[in-house]
Amino acid sequence: MIWNEKIECASRDEMAAIQSERLVKTVQRVYHNIPSYRAKMQEKGLVPGDIKNVDDLVKLPFTIKTDLRDNYPFGMFTVPMSEIVRLHASSGTTGKPTVVGYTRNDLQMWAEVVTRSLCMAGVHKNDIVQVAYGYGLFTGGLGLHYGTENLGATVIPISGGNTQKQIQLMQDFGSSVIACTPSYALYLAEALQEMGIDPESLKLRVGIFGAEPWSENMRKEIEAKLKIKAIDIYGLSEIVGPGVSCECSHQAGMHVNEDHFIPEIIDPETLEPVAPGQIGELVFSTITKEGIPIIRYRTRDLTRLIYDKCECGRTLVRMEKCMGRSDDMLIIRKVNVFPSQIKSVLLEMSETEPHYLLIVEREGTLDILKLMVEVQEQFFSDEVRVLEALRKKIKNNIQSTLGISVDVKLVEPKTIERTAGKAKRVIDNRKI
Amino acid sequence: MIIKQVSVFLENKSGRLSEVTEILGNAGINISAFTIADTSDFGILRLVVSDPDKAREVLKENAFSVQTTEVILAKTPNTPGSLTRLLKVLNEGGSFIEYMYAFSMDNNSAVIVLRPTNIQKCMQILETHRDEFLLNDEHYQL
Repeated sequence: MIWNEKIECASRDEMAAIQSERLVKTVQRVYHNIPSYRAKMQEKGLVPGDIKNVDDLVKLPFTIKTDLRDNYPFGMFTVPMSEIVRLHASSGTTGKPTVVGYTRNDLQMWAEVVTRSLCMAGVHKNDIVQVAYGYGLFTGGLGLHYGTENLGATVIPISGGNTQKQIQLMQDFGSSVIACTPSYALYLAEALQEMGIDPESLKLRVGIFGAEPWSENMRKEIEAKLKIKAIDIYGLSEIVGPGVSCECSHQAGMHVNEDHFIPEIIDPETLEPVAPGQIGELVFSTITKEGIPIIRYRTRDLTRLIYDKCECGRTLVRMEKCMGRSDDMLIIRKVNVFPSQIKSVLLEMSETEPHYLLIVEREGTLDILKLMVEVQEQFFSDEVRVLEALRKKIKNNIQSTLGISVDVKLVEPKTIERTAGKAKRVIDNRKI
Repeated sequence: MIIKQVSVFLENKSGRLSEVTEILGNAGINISAFTIADTSDFGILRLVVSDPDKAREVLKENAFSVQTTEVILAKTPNTPGSLTRLLKVLNEGGSFIEYMYAFSMDNNSAVIVLRPTNIQKCMQILETHRDEFLLNDEHYQL
C-alpha cells in the first residue's frame, strides 16, 4: 500500500513545485529567526529573496554538526519554547549532544513519514509491530512508535534489550514486524537458535532496521536466520529521526520523503554538487520543520541518488545504502577510496566480519596502498598455494572494485588493533 | 597410518615460533616432527604432535589460526635408496604428493610424513606394500 499516493507518486515537476514553495518559506523563517543562519547568508551576500525555487538551494550555506553544538541547547530553534512539545538529543559521544525540538506539527509530520515508511516496507494495519529500538532521547523508539499508531497497526513499545522478554512477546503476542538495529536483529536470531525456537514458528515477516550501517551480506544473513524480509530505514535526529527515507519491498534503495527533506549529493572536497548518479556526501534540507529547520545539513554519509521511477510505483527519489562516511574517504592516485568498499569486497569473500587495516604511504610522488588482512580460520589453508591464491584474489577483487592496485599482506589473527566501538581501519602515513 | 597434522599460520616475525612451542610445551604436548613452508610474508608451520586436538585447542585459545589436516605416516629403512623406492611405488601408483617431510625414528628406520592430493588412493598403494612401507600403531606411538 502507498500511504500518500499523491505525494509519493508525484511527477518531478509536481515535486519541484512543492519543494520550491516550502523551501522559500523555510529560508525566510530561518533568516529572520536564527542569527547564525542570517550571518552565514549575509557572508555569502544572500537575502531570502534570492531563493526563488528549489534550483537556488545550491546557493545556500551548509550546516554542520558543530553549528548545532555551538548553539547548544536551543539556539537554533525558530519558535518559542511554548511551541516546542518534545525534545530529542543525539548521544553526544564526541562532546555535547545535539538537541532537536519538535512542535506539534513536526510530530505530526514525523509520524506521517514513518507511516509512509512502514507502508513501503509492506506493513499494514493488521500487523503487530514490536518496537525494539530504544525509547528515550534517541529518536528510534518514539519515531517508530507514533508512525505505527498513525498507520493503525498495533505497537508493542518494548524498547531495546531484555532479549528473553522480546522473544516471549514475539511468541505470545504474535509480533509480525520487528523494528530494531540490524545488529540486534542478528543477536535475536542467535538467541532464538540457542533457545531452540524455530523462527518459522513465529509470525514475524518483516524487519525494519536502521540507526547503524549494515551491508547486503548482513541483510542476507538476517533474512535467512529470521525468515523475514529485512528493510533498511534511514534517518538522523538532526533532520527528524527515522523515516527520512526507507526501502520499499523491492529493496532497491531508500525512498526519500523529499516533500519534507530535500536531498543533494555533493563532492565532500569541493562542496559542489556531483553529476547525477555519482557517489558523494548526502546533504539534507528540511522544508516543513518548524522547531528546528535545517538548511543543507552535511550528513557525512556517502551514497548516490536514483531518480528513476521505482517498480513499486513511487517516484520519490531513492538513495542507495550508505557506502561509508565522507570523513573516512581517501584519495589515492586521484581515486576516491572508501574503506567500506574494501570491507564489502572482503565480506563477499569470507561472509564473516573481516579484520583489516589499510595503510597509505607515499613513495616519491606515488601513493602506495597496503592492505593487511587477518587470516581467520575460514581463510586459512594448510597449503601455501591456496593462501597465495587467496592473496591474489583479494588483490584482484579490490583492484576491480576500486580501480587501483593494492599490496595485500596476510597477517595473523588479533594482530590488528581492536578498539571498543569504532575500529581503526585506515592509517594514512602520507605527508601531503 | 593416517594421523592429524596441526598447521599454524605464522607471520614472518621473530619470536613467533618459540611462542608456539612454548604454548605446546606448557600444555604437555610433545612435538615429534615439524616443518615450515615459507613465503616472503608468512609461513605455515606443520607439526606432528602427541595430541593434535588439544594442540589445536590451546593454539586457538592463543589466537592463532590453526587447522588439522590428515596426513599419512609411512616408514622406510634408514638406508641409501630407500626413499627412492617409496617414491617410485607412489609414482607408479599415480599418487600425487602436495608436500612431504621426514624424521628419523631410530637408527634403523625413517618416518615419512606424506600429504597426498588423494589420501585414500595413496593408502591403497601403500597397503600393497604393507610390510615395507606401512607404519602402524605397533611400530610407532606419537
